[in-house]
Amino acid sequence: MNPWPFVIAAYAIALIATAGLLLASFASMNRAEADAESLRDRK
Amino acid sequence: MHALANPARFLRIARPATGWSLAIGFLLAMAGMVGGLTLTPPDYLQGETVRIMYVHVPAAWLGMAGWAGIAAAALSQIVWRHPLAAVAGRAIAPCGATFTGICLLTGSIWGRPTWGTWWEWDGRLTSMLVLFFLYLGYIALAAAEKERGGEGRIAAIFGLVGAINLPIIHYSVLWWRTLHQGQSISISGSTIAPSILWPLPLTFFGFTLLFAAAVLMRMRAELARARVEARLRRSAAE
Repeated sequence: MNPWPFVIAAYAIALIATAGLLLASFASMNRAEADAESLRDRK
Repeated sequence: MHALANPARFLRIARPATGWSLAIGFLLAMAGMVGGLTLTPPDYLQGETVRIMYVHVPAAWLGMAGWAGIAAAALSQIVWRHPLAAVAGRAIAPCGATFTGICLLTGSIWGRPTWGTWWEWDGRLTSMLVLFFLYLGYIALAAAEKERGGEGRIAAIFGLVGAINLPIIHYSVLWWRTLHQGQSISISGSTIAPSILWPLPLTFFGFTLLFAAAVLMRMRAELARARVEARLRRSAAE
């Protein structure tokens, strides 16, 4: 059994899931902080 | 701990810490993964599949450490009423669930060529799956409680009770005759050859810093949303 497809699949899952988590967290933070800033500027 | 009870003080530390954690975590994780894929020799028994260890072990550690973080946050919320504890618990949960999911999937992929099966209902695998479902339960409970305007105490109690699963996961390979291998790394040493082991601390600390960065970003998002809600409530009252 060729082990490399298993190794590559495991690394791909780890990378994609970690990148997805970080991007979703960054987008959520960016949007929320921009909303807070715009509301402060409006005052 | 209580020095960070003030959200403004917490944000002064969290803002630079987010960027540094992301940058250093990315460099360490990439160095460990590239080293693990290209510079280490294959294992005498498992061959090339041993390289899955460099992503599987940090994911397992972060899945368990995430719930330990939730339990610590729950304790400081219930005992000391720390104002950021519920925010921290809600921020940690999706990150811990993600890494528990990575651990389960990479473990399953590692199991197929090593054990000849994708899944086995043994102590370690089953207790990790239970941890994943505990995360999903916590996320749903905390979200529902927040929506109803609660303080998050029920989710905190759930977080504390769920921590009982952590020693079960840790000792499962000793308590039951499992397919999963026993502990090969401990404080006193390691049974893994140094030529294979060296990239593991790099991915371990790299993914831990990336996890910390994701938690900080989620906490910052929640604090910003709370500022917006408070401001809107104030303007509606005026």
